[in-house]
Amino acid sequence: MRLAEAWRVALDALRANRLRSLLTMLGVVIGVAAVVVLVAIGTGTKRKVESQVEGLGSNLLIVVPGQVTLGSAPSVSRLSLADVDAVSRVVGDRSRVAVTVASGELVRAGNRERFATVQGVLETTPAVFVRSLGRGSYLTRSDVDTGRRVAVLGAGVARAVFGDRDPIGQQVTIAGVRFRVIGVFAPLGQSLGVDRDGEVHIPVTTAHRLFGTTRIDGIAIKAPDRERINQLGDQVVATLRDRHPETEFSAVTQEQILGVLGDILGVLTGVLAAIAGISLLVGGVGVSNIMLVSVRERTREIGLRKAVGARPRDIGVQFLLEAVLLTSIGGAAGMALGVGTALVVQALSPIPAAITWWSLALAFGVSAAVGIVFGVVPAQRAGRLDPVVALRSE
Amino acid sequence: MTAAIEATGVTRTYELDGVRVPALRGVSLTVPEGDYVALVGPSGSGKSTLMHLLGGLDRPTSGRLVIGGRDVSRLDPADLARLRNETIGFVFQAFHLLPRTSAVDNVALPLVYRGLGARQRRARAAAMLERVGLGHRLGHRPNQLSGGEQQRVAIARALVTDPAVLLADEPTGNLDSATGQSVLALLEALNADSGVAVVLVTHDREVAARARRQIVLRDGVIV
Repeated sequence: MRLAEAWRVALDALRANRLRSLLTMLGVVIGVAAVVVLVAIGTGTKRKVESQVEGLGSNLLIVVPGQVTLGSAPSVSRLSLADVDAVSRVVGDRSRVAVTVASGELVRAGNRERFATVQGVLETTPAVFVRSLGRGSYLTRSDVDTGRRVAVLGAGVARAVFGDRDPIGQQVTIAGVRFRVIGVFAPLGQSLGVDRDGEVHIPVTTAHRLFGTTRIDGIAIKAPDRERINQLGDQVVATLRDRHPETEFSAVTQEQILGVLGDILGVLTGVLAAIAGISLLVGGVGVSNIMLVSVRERTREIGLRKAVGARPRDIGVQFLLEAVLLTSIGGAAGMALGVGTALVVQALSPIPAAITWWSLALAFGVSAAVGIVFGVVPAQRAGRLDPVVALRSE
Repeated sequence: MTAAIEATGVTRTYELDGVRVPALRGVSLTVPEGDYVALVGPSGSGKSTLMHLLGGLDRPTSGRLVIGGRDVSRLDPADLARLRNETIGFVFQAFHLLPRTSAVDNVALPLVYRGLGARQRRARAAAMLERVGLGHRLGHRPNQLSGGEQQRVAIARALVTDPAVLLADEPTGNLDSATGQSVLALLEALNADSGVAVVLVTHDREVAARARRQIVLRDGVIV
């Protein structure tokens, strides 16, 4: 039998039981759509996180005390401004070194207040991280050297305590101490789960007095070029170890953070795809089931076809094609449904979704394969039917 | 005259739950080309079993069976299928037409398994339907045809491959007597015109009497 003829017969058989064919396909449709949507969400999330990390600035090297591990509490820092000076000498350029000492404090203006992450920083911060001002100006070196009580507010904080009023030149109270607002950051939104519009930057020297400490939580360095970034990290860590032999330090680059996050999110995407794959498998079992019913119902037809010269293989191919057709049509419909759903999710919800070609190809390929795998048993059963018995069946 | 079918000492034993049930116990017969023979006998005599063997749907337990010059015992299921396609035409009591398929495509079905293209199949099927007097019914589906017309479609299907033997299993069993007569007349005309050997399986004495000769089976042997 020619293959074109076999396709026609298979299509005809599916048309003969329209509702049953559609319901059987539905299992595959849902499975494929689930794979496409979940992979799209996984991929979208990964891309968003990556762009956020990259958005921090390029060639970043972050130095913190202790080991960098995700999920464990950071160890108490023994770093001080003297260490920052030593690091600056290693880097050779003070303007490439940023620091932070952070504390959660109440920020108040008049009768309005908001809880904010107050960070003591150097005036170098905008040169190291990507951070743009909405209005006013940033801290200056003399602000840091003299410990002035001036503050740059995050967009969210400014909005919360000043509303629509212009905050520049106004007074705010941070932890009970009065500060003058000299700038407001441009809105940034959420990044890596942190509300970056809820930050307030003040000179690190002022912060030390305000918080009653001399510690530095972490140092960030903008390396002059990508090639020397790891070498620079080693030098900085070595310098700090000399100064604090009892403490461990680690330096991580943006690429390393991206790598770790990418791995985690890649695994997450894989797990999501696997879960969706289970539903595809269930759809395949449905196909197998319906094909067995179809073989039973058409036993007489199989007997007749054999009597007039169909070989076991001809009958087997016919039923296998029927199963593959079921899952392929279901797969195509599932792809369309999945892409549509992903686009709707992307447009209407904060969940990022990115459709990838490989997930479409995979889902469709798997659905066709499911047709073959789950069609083989019914097809073989049909092919092996004894024509005498088949012709006699009612 | 050469033989279309030659059976020598053919037996067929079924195994039911470990019990061996002999259906045929040594049958020898020859169907020469162009023969018109009736196979008769009471139910349980083994006529169906013999018909299945003569049609290449089944293989004998022992004995020698040669159909169209080929020894059936040496053929696997795929070769048997080809043998049926090339040498045998079947006509069944219950017609066995594909319900959602037009008369012409029903007749063309055996040609599908010959690998013929659709146009060629249709042309040959249409010509065959013309010969059985249904040239005006090509596009009708079985449920739009009378019983007699359906059996004529089945006969056209059996003959479209130009076989050596036409095996008809109670071809008039589902038809009223007038229609049955005309179907038999058609078979006889085709037998006379094209020289196809006709083997008629029946328990109807009147039908059997029209054949050139009769083979009577009882308890698995020819009497």
